[in-house]
Amino acid sequence: MKFINYLENITGVGVYPLTSLLLFVAFFVLVTIWVIRADNGFIDHMKNIPLDNNTEH
Amino acid sequence: MELEKFSIDNKLPKYFAIATILWGVVGMLAGVLIAFQLAFPILNLDMAATTFGRVRPVHTNAVIFAFVGNGIFTAIYYSLPRLLKTKMYSKVLGNIHFWGWQLIIVAAAVTLLAGYTSGKEYAELEWPIDIAITLVWVVFGINMFGTILTRRERHLYVAIWFFIASWVTVAMLHIVNSFELPFSFMKSYSLYAGVQDALVQWWYGHNAVAFFLTTPYLGLMYYFVPKAANRPVYSYRLSIVHFWSLIFLYIWAGPHHLLYTALPEWAQSLATAFSIMLILPSWGGMLNGLFTLRGAWDKVREDPILKFFVVGVTCYGMSTFEGPMLSLKNVNAISHYSDWTVAHVHIGALGWNGFMTFGMMYWLIPRLFKTELFSKKLASTHFLIGTFGIMLYAIPMYWAAFRSYFMFKAFTPEGQLQYQFIDIVQTTVPFYIMRAVGGTIFLLGVLLMVYNLIKTAKQGSFVESEDAEAAPLTKQYVPTGKKFWHSVIERRPMLLLVMSLLVVALGGIFELIPTFLIKSNIPTIASVKPYTPLELQGRDIYIREGCYNCHSQMIRPFRYEVMRYGEYSKAGEFVYDHPFQWGSKRTGPDLARIGGKYPDSWHFNHMLDPTSMAPGSVMPKYPWLFRRDLDISSTNSKIHAMRKLGVPYEEGYESRANADLETQAKTIAQELKVSKIEISEKKEIIALIAYLQRMGKDIKGEQQVVTAVK
Repeated sequence: MKFINYLENITGVGVYPLTSLLLFVAFFVLVTIWVIRADNGFIDHMKNIPLDNNTEH
Repeated sequence: MELEKFSIDNKLPKYFAIATILWGVVGMLAGVLIAFQLAFPILNLDMAATTFGRVRPVHTNAVIFAFVGNGIFTAIYYSLPRLLKTKMYSKVLGNIHFWGWQLIIVAAAVTLLAGYTSGKEYAELEWPIDIAITLVWVVFGINMFGTILTRRERHLYVAIWFFIASWVTVAMLHIVNSFELPFSFMKSYSLYAGVQDALVQWWYGHNAVAFFLTTPYLGLMYYFVPKAANRPVYSYRLSIVHFWSLIFLYIWAGPHHLLYTALPEWAQSLATAFSIMLILPSWGGMLNGLFTLRGAWDKVREDPILKFFVVGVTCYGMSTFEGPMLSLKNVNAISHYSDWTVAHVHIGALGWNGFMTFGMMYWLIPRLFKTELFSKKLASTHFLIGTFGIMLYAIPMYWAAFRSYFMFKAFTPEGQLQYQFIDIVQTTVPFYIMRAVGGTIFLLGVLLMVYNLIKTAKQGSFVESEDAEAAPLTKQYVPTGKKFWHSVIERRPMLLLVMSLLVVALGGIFELIPTFLIKSNIPTIASVKPYTPLELQGRDIYIREGCYNCHSQMIRPFRYEVMRYGEYSKAGEFVYDHPFQWGSKRTGPDLARIGGKYPDSWHFNHMLDPTSMAPGSVMPKYPWLFRRDLDISSTNSKIHAMRKLGVPYEEGYESRANADLETQAKTIAQELKVSKIEISEKKEIIALIAYLQRMGKDIKGEQQVVTAVK
């Protein structure tokens, strides 16, 4: 009895790794695009929050 | 707009800081003790509470949950009010959180030393403490979210996302992994068995590293590194990508702790793929931390705080590069069960968590006491000593791991194993000594810090609270400039919470759904039977003494393992193992097929004095097992609990269980008598021998007549 292939009997088990990979890639691309398009003023404001030299919000 | 006045409490950050340092010293002291025990077994002191198997969980739990845990809370209770321009939500909840957590730590140390353990690494605490942890965690959560919801700064700074994600994920991990069925006041059996238990455990174990040791400390980094360098973080954009991809990826990688075990191939590959991808966000975070110091490198030369941060973040980068490498199957074949894993963990624990904590303390304590650091020079010395300690710790361990690997797989030209296990142990002992010295040096550095910080506190005066003022949030908010989607999340903490949970639960669901399917997919092996009552009692002694801290029960399908330990392990063999005991480190040999390998008398003498049977052994002696009578009053409830968990004991077997137990115990005692050993059949050692002699035997009998166990 081979002991590493138990799940091979589940129908379409390959869907798990494939979906997960696709999900991540899609998620990653979206985050990256949005981040690149982010407003500079906002980013500057966020950056400076810990340094207490920001005023507007 | 009118400014509102509020005061920020410094008391709880101070308490948490003191607790961090105190438990840090205690945890590291335990670490130094067990490190020396491996080289000099006499240091086990022949007492139950001081043996390696019981002290190691104290060390790991103390460092993770007491030292790093309190470090996290220090960072959060200090940074949260300042980042959100408000006071902490509730002083009462804060106090409950603080004292509750310290009480849990004390209870943990006492119960672990007393032998109450669930037998699952880094989740050893028994069910009453598990419940207490959940309650305190909820109190902490309410306090944190209460603060966030009453804030005066609209946007949540990146450090806070890390804190939120850590909180919600740790809650999820702790609850799912702690499902257990109590059968007495302090003992329980894991709800899961065998392969399933292993998967849940390492899904937990890996993500405890991720969401207890890593993400909260990244939050700490994003707050304290800019503070100490007095410049903003290098790239806020990078921090957004860093955050989301890190929490997304981490949760998938758990099964890389189970490569070459009874885990399905695709799950192993999936974990490997995600582990390798993890390099990117991890290094994104590391570079973001290091680049924050761009243009300030001249400061790093003089400022010990920045030195600690630089080396801490670098260690983070090193261990997050090493981790993915260890997830490659060919590398894992070498590293798994070896001291390499231990070295890897300590680069993270000593370098990343340790140095980040020290940096934070050197920055924080002078501010809490409104003074300067007592001695910068002493802090720099601490830095040097600490760095040297880490190196002296890690390098011998790496060396030992490769050395033992080559010895394990060495064959003579005739095709026999060239080295006995004991030969390999003996050549590793000098490396254990070096490692223990390295750890001691690291601890000496910490003691320097303790002295330095006490002096600092004494020369200053404690600032109980700081007054601040800020404008309240307006109801109607119109974002300036271009609309940015992420700012929407940053304004809605609950959305952030839900999104984080979604992202981390996704990986969990994908990993656990197949886990739960496995149960119905494990081909049952007809000859695998439940343990007899005596063996079950013996197994609980095995768990109580923490044997899994040094012995695995999982033979990988390699020629050198099969020849050394016997037929490789099958998933179907573990279906009645609540909890699984595969282990993660082999300081001693694998025990999956120890049953029947030696006579009962061998085990008897070996447990009494290991060196009498295996000269050069570093195993502790277990004299109390020969003195104590086995507590058979628990048999009934143990059998009952096991049946509830799906172990097929007959209905009503409880009433006959102890009669069977006594019969089997008598047989073993008589067998020992033949070997001229006189011992009462009531002693604990008899039960342990019964369990050891059972292990891995079931499938040996596959071809023979299957004898009923009950």
